[in-house]
Amino acid sequence: MTAPAIVATDISRTYDLDGVSVPALRGVSLTIEPSDYVAIVGTSGSGKSTLMHLLGGLDRPSGGTLLIGGRDVSTLNPAEMAKLRNETIGFVFQSFHLLARTTARDNVALPLVYRGAGRRERRDRATAMLERVGLAHRLDHRPNQMSGGEQQRVAIARALVTDPSVLLADEPTGNLDSTTGQSVLALLESLNSDGVAVVLVTHDRDVAARAQRQIVMRDGVIVP
Amino acid sequence: MRLAEAWRVALDALRANRLRSVLTMLGVVIGVAAVVALVGIGTGTKQQIEQQVEGLGSNLLLVVPGRLEAGSAPAASTMNMDDADAVARVVGDRDRVAVTIASGETVRAGSRSAFASMQGVLETTPTVFVRALDRGTYLTRTDVTTGRRVAVLGAGTAATLFGDRDPIGRQITIGGVRFRVIGTFERLGQSLGVDRDSEVHVPVTAAQRLLGTDRIDGLAIRAPDRERIGELSTAVVQTLSDRHPDTDFSAVTQEQILGVLGDILGVLTGVLAAIAGISLLVGGVGVSNIMLVSVRERTKEIGLRKAVGARPRDIGVQFLLEAVLLTTIGGVLGMALGVTAALLVDRFSPVPAAITWWSLVLAFGVSAFVGIVFGVVPAQRAGRLDPVVALRTE
Ligand SMILES: Nc1ncnc2c1ncn2[C@@H]1O[C@H](COP(=O)(O)OP(=O)(O)OP(=O)(O)O)[C@@H](O)[C@H]1O
Ligand SMILES: [Mg+2]
Repeated sequence: MTAPAIVATDISRTYDLDGVSVPALRGVSLTIEPSDYVAIVGTSGSGKSTLMHLLGGLDRPSGGTLLIGGRDVSTLNPAEMAKLRNETIGFVFQSFHLLARTTARDNVALPLVYRGAGRRERRDRATAMLERVGLAHRLDHRPNQMSGGEQQRVAIARALVTDPSVLLADEPTGNLDSTTGQSVLALLESLNSDGVAVVLVTHDRDVAARAQRQIVMRDGVIVP
Repeated sequence: MRLAEAWRVALDALRANRLRSVLTMLGVVIGVAAVVALVGIGTGTKQQIEQQVEGLGSNLLLVVPGRLEAGSAPAASTMNMDDADAVARVVGDRDRVAVTIASGETVRAGSRSAFASMQGVLETTPTVFVRALDRGTYLTRTDVTTGRRVAVLGAGTAATLFGDRDPIGRQITIGGVRFRVIGTFERLGQSLGVDRDSEVHVPVTAAQRLLGTDRIDGLAIRAPDRERIGELSTAVVQTLSDRHPDTDFSAVTQEQILGVLGDILGVLTGVLAAIAGISLLVGGVGVSNIMLVSVRERTKEIGLRKAVGARPRDIGVQFLLEAVLLTTIGGVLGMALGVTAALLVDRFSPVPAAITWWSLVLAFGVSAFVGIVFGVVPAQRAGRLDPVVALRTE
């Protein structure tokens, strides 16, 4: 078996709110294997998003050790973290976060810009990825010209365009109706069977039940 | 991120906020235009005056009472016509010496009147200074010795008093005393804001009688030998000092005048440039301000770019390029506007203007520099944003 994609050992994250420290994560240990399909569930405020941000290298733990792609994030500077995110992680946000004035294709190509990829390569790979998520007919549409499900699929295509080893999705179906949600889930499952580790946060028991593994969180810790 | 890509992103961002970009640029446009135009006017004025002084010829010597030093007040003259005769003996040629006594007077012809600088002079004036007549004749030696009340009018005064009519032979009054017009000068224009076409030349003797004095204000000598102008200058000052032990006298050559004028006008141009530079600075602060607003507005976009792999430097460079684009585009437009303004001023107003390449290079360099300086703070701020915090911002 290959090395784990992400290894978190006793990580914590404490926010500082006007001098008051708010512990959002209080010692979480977790390993994501390259072929994993993990669902994280838990009540609102239990620290799911906080954990996802840490796993995705968007944020740093206050304590514990976190290895992403075998590298200890505490040893990386902001530029190295950016490179790590770009190369190993694909992140899908609940609220899509697409650039408003930018076409679907250019939105998808954005991560490649920060790899220094040429125009042609960016275009080709973005187009291929949009075809993969079933949006070949929406290449030049802007976010406000697309449905929520389409926008979420653009966001997924953007997360995948760099061939990441881990796809992190924070409530990817939260803003979608159930049918559209199903098609997004089917897409995630097919990606997982192609060898991408998938971690998703959900409030939906049925969605969680389809995962290989479920992690339940409460008050900043994993419930055994 | 490739630099070409960064330029494209910066341009897109400016285009997305077209009106705001234009308004921000306007500050820089005005600043650069002001620098280019005002430096152009300063330079043009300097060149024009230097040409006029050079037109006097390099062997002209001006003699005035008092010391010609910065800060010393002009001294009241104690010279009279006897001094002029003494100087003429030193020079050895009466035709090479001119005198003047000047006074501002109201000149009337019929119902029309004009304010003019009356100059009591010798008949030698047109040869000592180069002055050409338009019509009629100049004063004669007899006019001067007999104190005849005849006058030669500057082109402006002639036009004010007589319009299109021929002034020769007509009566005017200067300070209430009747004179007859015998000639008019060719048009000269302005120098240093002084209208040189409103002079009226009359015999020095007539002017002295009118003013009730026997003094003269100053002397001018066209030296016979350029090489020995220094010796002559010393001899003249010595002669005058012997005759008036209590008074200082100064003799200046064209070169010295050019030197002093050059200094003054250089400072003038510098002051103009500095004033314009302040408006450029204000434009730069405007750029900085808008860039900070822009960073705040696009916090979410910055967060997203970082989430997908933008390094702090990539974001910083993008915002810095935006600022530099704003100021350099503004700078180019400002140069065009400044050059146009200077050319229009030169063409349609009495103020001369000359465009110098260094003012263009300077203005453009400064505007690009302003972009960098005032773009750095917003760019750093954008580069340092935390991706999670940025994405959370609404
Ligand atoms: N930037 C922040 N500053 C201060 N406290 C924060 C910050 N972000 C999150 N928190 C706190 O940390 C805790 C966990 O938040 P988190 O967003 O991880 O919850 P969650 O499980 O994702 O909830 P939800 O299901 O509602 O999305 C909450 O109590 C929240 O108030
Ligand atoms: Mg959450």
